Amino acid sequence: MAKNTVANITENNTDANMEKAKMQGRLWFRIKKSKTSYLMLAPYLILFTFFTIAPVLVSMGFSFTYFNMLEAPTFVGWKNYIKLFLDDDIFMIALKNTLLFAVITGPASYLLCVLFAWIINEFKGKLRAFLTLIFYAPSICGQAYLVWNIILNPGKTGWLNGILIKWGFIDEPILWMQTEKYVLPVLVIVQLWLSLGTGFLSFIAGLQTVDKSLYEAAAMDGVKNRWQELWYVTLPSMKPQLMFGAVMQITQSFAVADISIQLAGNPSVNYAGATVTTHLLDYGTTRFEMGYASAIATVLFLLMVGTNKLVQKILGRVGE
Amino acid sequence: MASTAEYKKPKKVNYKKQKQLNRSKAGNGLLFFLMFICGIFMALPLVMIVNNALKPLDEIFQYPPKVFVKNPTSENFTDLFVLMNDSWVPFSRYILNTIIITASGTVGHVIVASFAAYPLAKHNFPGKKIIFGLVVLSMMFSYTVTQIPNYMIITWLGLNNTYLALILPAWQYGMGLYLMKQFMEQIPDSLLESSRLDGASEFKTFWTMVMPNVKPAWLTLAIFQFQQMWGQTGNQFLRSEELKPLQYSLQQITQGGTARAGAAAAVSFIIAAIPIIFFLICQSNVIETMTTSGMKD
Repeated sequence: MAKNTVANITENNTDANMEKAKMQGRLWFRIKKSKTSYLMLAPYLILFTFFTIAPVLVSMGFSFTYFNMLEAPTFVGWKNYIKLFLDDDIFMIALKNTLLFAVITGPASYLLCVLFAWIINEFKGKLRAFLTLIFYAPSICGQAYLVWNIILNPGKTGWLNGILIKWGFIDEPILWMQTEKYVLPVLVIVQLWLSLGTGFLSFIAGLQTVDKSLYEAAAMDGVKNRWQELWYVTLPSMKPQLMFGAVMQITQSFAVADISIQLAGNPSVNYAGATVTTHLLDYGTTRFEMGYASAIATVLFLLMVGTNKLVQKILGRVGE
Repeated sequence: MASTAEYKKPKKVNYKKQKQLNRSKAGNGLLFFLMFICGIFMALPLVMIVNNALKPLDEIFQYPPKVFVKNPTSENFTDLFVLMNDSWVPFSRYILNTIIITASGTVGHVIVASFAAYPLAKHNFPGKKIIFGLVVLSMMFSYTVTQIPNYMIITWLGLNNTYLALILPAWQYGMGLYLMKQFMEQIPDSLLESSRLDGASEFKTFWTMVMPNVKPAWLTLAIFQFQQMWGQTGNQFLRSEELKPLQYSLQQITQGGTARAGAAAAVSFIIAAIPIIFFLICQSNVIETMTTSGMKD
């Protein structure tokens, strides 16, 4: 019996080997046949290897070192990661804030992008270009935050405080960005206001590519109103753009830092506005602990990759 | 992908009549109202930048700050031009630098990324999935920590203190390739097949069939990339004063303290105005694509 099994295994092995050799032959053949494809990819891939792949790999390597940017990095194994998860209370606050932030603003921003792109698509001509500009304005004006500094001014002259006092909701002006409980909600609102960016413009462009005759066909098939049309015709026709928008949304929602630093400061009150990226910036640019910062970046990266997997699955169901 | 039959040349469509399909008056009114309310909020930064640039100094320092200007003046711009004339290197040099960096960064990226996106969208070859996956995932790694390795690599390649240090990395941003690939995926295979049957090479198919059909995509990508390149200060890589871009010199001007608040307001205006003009040019062409030609005929 045993002999038989052994014989079987070796036989299977040779079979597998032959199969493998065949596959390799076919693979080599396919590679040779795809010369044009590789040629077209080459310029991009060469640059990509130098300026993205290599830096990312080096950074991941740094995450296992102590590196203060003055001396050469020294290898410390998993120490950065262990410290991150067991010893760094602020990281835990930052992680919690980031997750909360991403869960709220991610889907909401995304829906806003789809919604406004679609509404603007209902308009025609010059008005349309103008509306697109207005809604994209916060993303194109460098100092868009300044507006919020005036709105949230902690004195009585701040717009929000002024209105709330006038209408009798509060007696004393509220120190918005210095009060722990307001920081995160305010940041969420500002982020939503800023959300019509990359995804929004790509949806606007994507809507141009929907085949117009599909709408006629849909109307004949009994699509009754614009909402049904959106779900059954428009959205399924622009699935590639929806996927793109989702990835951009994930990278933005999880990496949020700028608005927190600009409006709440870094560090913010009791770390109420701390996010994984503000924490990373704190170590990377203020404390010069690049090894630790790289470990934070790697954890953030894994977090985004996981979320991306999940979101792509959900988006596969659009229009069903 | 839809079958060939769906992409036959569309019959002449009466757009006016078509617009009426599935649109209720009440719905239209509601949407107008919604857009108006939201539009006011979204336009705030634009309105502020324009008004600030026109405010005389006493209004800029007014407390509490007002949005609208009372006595508009152009003195902020004259102040700015005086400061420009005082600069170390002739100001036209900064402008030239910016044009070189922004133009080659934008055009180069659109071409390189589109070129790479086409085989990823429409060819089948070993390694396709891995390459595309890497590009998408690379966008999720924090830029802050890759800056140091990036600097080391650019120095190692001998690109330090050249335009190329800003331009070459800009050509390989993952977002552009991803955007182009997603749009190219929608081009019906039958269209490409017919071009190939006519004896066109893949390169020719790319230029004559693929790119014209994804015009909205590359115009949009150009907007993103222009904004990105226009914002580059080159602080990290450019040491020589005569290589530095406009953005850098304008920021230097604004850092002159409160005395330069007026000029700074004018700077904010110019920094925002140029990408907006570019945006409007591209965006109105995105729309033109739709009105002049059916995308998928």
